[in-house]
Amino acid sequence: MQRDLKVIAKRVRADIVRMTTAAGSGHPGGSLSAADVVVALYERVLHHRPKQPDWLNRDRFVLSKGHAAPLLYAVLAERGYFPHARLASLRKINSHLQGHPSRLDTPGVEVSTGSLGQGLAMANGMALAAKTDNAKWRVYCLLGDGECDEGEVWEAAMLSHQYKLDNLVAIVDKNGLQIDGRTRDVMDTNPLAGKFRAFGWHAIEINGHDYKEILGAFREAAATKGKPTAIIARTVKGKGVSFMEGKIEYHGKCANPAECARALGELA
Amino acid sequence: MREAYGEALAELGTTNKNVVVLDADLSSSTKTSLFAKRFPNRFFEVGIAEQNLLGTAAGLAAAGKIPFASTFAVFASGRAWEQARNAIAYADLNVKIVATHAGLSVGPDGATHQALEDVALMRAIPRFRVCVPCDAAETREMVYAFAAVRGPCYARLPRIESPEITDGGKFVFGRWPVLHEGGDACIIANGLMVAEALEAARLLAKSGTRVRVLNASTVKPLDERALLRAATTGAVVTAEEHSIIGGLGGAVCEFVSERKPCIVKRVGTRDVFGESGESRELFEKYGLTAAAIAKAVHAAMKRA
Repeated sequence: MQRDLKVIAKRVRADIVRMTTAAGSGHPGGSLSAADVVVALYERVLHHRPKQPDWLNRDRFVLSKGHAAPLLYAVLAERGYFPHARLASLRKINSHLQGHPSRLDTPGVEVSTGSLGQGLAMANGMALAAKTDNAKWRVYCLLGDGECDEGEVWEAAMLSHQYKLDNLVAIVDKNGLQIDGRTRDVMDTNPLAGKFRAFGWHAIEINGHDYKEILGAFREAAATKGKPTAIIARTVKGKGVSFMEGKIEYHGKCANPAECARALGELA
Repeated sequence: MREAYGEALAELGTTNKNVVVLDADLSSSTKTSLFAKRFPNRFFEVGIAEQNLLGTAAGLAAAGKIPFASTFAVFASGRAWEQARNAIAYADLNVKIVATHAGLSVGPDGATHQALEDVALMRAIPRFRVCVPCDAAETREMVYAFAAVRGPCYARLPRIESPEITDGGKFVFGRWPVLHEGGDACIIANGLMVAEALEAARLLAKSGTRVRVLNASTVKPLDERALLRAATTGAVVTAEEHSIIGGLGGAVCEFVSERKPCIVKRVGTRDVFGESGESRELFEKYGLTAAAIAKAVHAAMKRA
């Protein structure tokens, strides 16, 4: 029986808030905005084996916007890659859960990211390896819209097209906010779908909180041959916690204990 | 040496199916073209995009491949340093960066293309092995050693050829072969400066000074035993086609100052950029010659 995505996403969101508050730092805003996409991926799209993280034929997920590590950890724990209790160690000394994803430290983390702009090139490398081996596994890479300021993203976008990487899907979590303000004020990356199309990609724009649209986009990506697919997911930063929604300050600030309790109430 | 690199890669390609090669629009210069011709399906051109070069290599390594990534040393170590650090080394991915056109010997292209800081940059990154071979035979053996060892590696090769120096013996990381024996002082050189160091040893022998010459083809890890033995002479001279800051000279000073302090004179570029000119002219102007090394040996011995 398929598990209810909404129920899982609520649990994951609660974990994100709880673990960042326990850590005293971290990035709840951009973790919450991408939660529905990542939950849908791990529940319905990826072929993976949580008890065998290095299974050769697994689909690969690259969290290029590595500051959303709390989201990735919460989802990996939800799927049983490691004990849920470990989430409380986020960002603490000697923890398996580093501030940004670390391949060597956490089961299920494919590469080390967090320095923005680097994930898509790594995803390309994986997709090239799969093509070279005639393997069927696919690669999914989640970027931020602010992250798309980075030049390496577009170097990589050209390569994905050059090598016709139809086994690669990039998802842009377009929450419209970055540290210094609204993305369109800081450095306008719009139109993102238009940019990816100009780079030779198939691009789909969706509501990143609507599971029907999310899963439909992943199906469309799987059916798209000869070119990579970009899914531009419009999202709300801080989604699911009323006082964090659309608030820039929760990009890199956690809830205080009182706010955390309030947030957990909303997510119960 | 570039030719030897390309040929060794092509040989590796036949014996090791996991070897893949990437280049950033310089394959005819780095000689990865020799691999590309034999194994087009395992060669990936990434365009003039060095960050992408190393990022893509990281992904290939994460999927079990053994990527060799090549471009000029300025770009490999400078333009894409953070990719080398975060995407490759932090994740301990099995990427081999073989950078060419390192040092002043790039010649007429001038300072923009003359990497004089790359050893310093790459040596500072945890997990990277850093190598500077001195001739074609050693380059070939080093390429095999790179493929055989797990973990990130960086090597720099010059644009120009060097005379034959080594016998093509197995390349061992952190072992500095003795090329000339002597107990009055020790010259520790790598790359093109090994030939200069051997010439300096001959010059010095004429005046009765007998020096040991070590081929420090691995800058990281250091050959600590050879270095301790060198320090017992009391006079050490390093010689490299690189800045005296942070490269072989820097590494030697760091080690002996903690373990066995002695006078160390560093031959290399002295905190300056290069310029256009023929390789030999540049070596003369910037003091990267046998005569300069011999002079440094005398100076080191006087202070000792």
